[in-house]
Amino acid sequence: MSGFTVIAPGVLSLLQDNGRFSQGALGLTSGGPMDAPSAQWANLLLGNQHNATLIECSVGGLQMRAETNSYIAVTGATLPLSINGNTAELWTVHKIRQGDVIELGMVSKGLRAYLAVAGGFNVAPQFGSTATVLREGIGGLNGNKLQPGDSLPAATVNSLPRRHLPVHHQVQFNRTLTLRLVEGYQAQSFNSTERQRFYLHSYTVTPQADRMGYKLSGSAIRCQQTQLLSEGICYGAVQIPPDGQPIVLLNDRQTLGGYPKIGSVLSLDCALLAQAAAGTEVYFTPISPEQAHNALCLAKVRTDALTSQMVNL
Amino acid sequence: MSLLHFQLTPAGENALMLYFDQRIDPQISALVQQACVLIRNELTDDLIDLLPSYASVLILFNPLSTDLHRVSAQLQHSLKHLQSGNSQTGNTIELPVYYSEESGPDLALIAKTKNISITEVIQRHQALSYRVYAIGFAPGFAYLGEVDPLLQMPRLATPRAKVPRGAVAIADRQTAVYPAQSPGGWNLIGLCPTRMFNPDSTPVMPVAVGDEVRFVAIDKAEFLRLGGEIPGDER
Repeated sequence: MSGFTVIAPGVLSLLQDNGRFSQGALGLTSGGPMDAPSAQWANLLLGNQHNATLIECSVGGLQMRAETNSYIAVTGATLPLSINGNTAELWTVHKIRQGDVIELGMVSKGLRAYLAVAGGFNVAPQFGSTATVLREGIGGLNGNKLQPGDSLPAATVNSLPRRHLPVHHQVQFNRTLTLRLVEGYQAQSFNSTERQRFYLHSYTVTPQADRMGYKLSGSAIRCQQTQLLSEGICYGAVQIPPDGQPIVLLNDRQTLGGYPKIGSVLSLDCALLAQAAAGTEVYFTPISPEQAHNALCLAKVRTDALTSQMVNL
Repeated sequence: MSLLHFQLTPAGENALMLYFDQRIDPQISALVQQACVLIRNELTDDLIDLLPSYASVLILFNPLSTDLHRVSAQLQHSLKHLQSGNSQTGNTIELPVYYSEESGPDLALIAKTKNISITEVIQRHQALSYRVYAIGFAPGFAYLGEVDPLLQMPRLATPRAKVPRGAVAIADRQTAVYPAQSPGGWNLIGLCPTRMFNPDSTPVMPVAVGDEVRFVAIDKAEFLRLGGEIPGDER
């Protein structure tokens, strides 16, 4: 077989593309990389198509053997990367020869690393995407997380530019996060005192934080509206259950839900939250839909500009 | 026509909510279906996904090809073509349920809260047929309405971390079968052995929006014979 063999999957390694869209009416969630910008950089470094399938390795511990010549890049969380026991740089394209062993150690900053290979892993999409959603048993290899012995097909690639993203453009990990939030949904049903409380106080990331959502703890906030028909939930929606503790709903969120929501966190900030460990301090700050749109367009322009600045080694 | 009253409001950076009158009503459900067709035709490639529910549609658009103001203006215009009309009913599907305190840990709470017997809770849940109003939350999760007012229960203050596959549940005047193990805040009254979502079968779900569902009580032996599993029951 041409490709890679999983020796050890580590804590949680999942095949992901950009996500599963247009399937919301079946109740299928989007999935996709929790830190989409880092995942995107792994593919950009290798010159892959933007939707190429890669591995999201949470917490670390992934070991693979190359069954072919290829190139890899690892981005996202900071962890020790080695090839045949030799330390290798993150955010950098590395040549891989058949038989090489790639090893990701445990994360020291951030939570999720992205390992992409030249051309992407060649797995069949399900419902239009390869994104693995464990709760649904959909995507990846048979809807499962990576297991020891899994074969991950990939093309043989013998020549590719060795590129590197300068450190000051890589994802930054902060002890305190400020999450920009577009108010919406039931925002008007939280009175001004509750909204002030929500924006003035810090919240802490709890251990109940996974690909579905991040539960925070802090000042409880109350919604005047308690009865609500279930309705569509977008990426980053901040749900306030009756206990008043916010939950930021992320990639593997439920598609419909009936708890009140105050608005939705900007996707760029969701990606930073997804790299935050339990105990991280979080603030919310409101932004207008226009500011959000501006931030997204700016991020796109910056990424496009940076793509041309990547250093050829 | 008061039925055609709708509201478009932001929900996120690339999301708009279309709200109709907030009640469970077959005619509003039909308007939601109609709106989805109009929105798809209007937004074409700018549309990322639509999430319809009882009385709302979440509209996700591509923020790098359009913006909130443009999408709002387009939809305000095209939704003028909505017409109130009769709702159609699809197929009738029977779903077997093993109701018991073993399989439905909130049965006793509902009975106590409503001051009726557990047997009556079980009987009342089976007495009505329910319309499939929406599919979502998780693949194959069909929102069924409406439940007997006497069985109406609020969601749990803190959702359970794990609700088992097949759990039959009530929240407000909605009922549903959990298609897979997941977190959840609904009140659990029994277990259904029917797979509500199977990506390898055609169709992938036994029900569709607009269908009618009836629940039929079965005993534990029948439940196990139909492939049901009691969670945490190591055998």
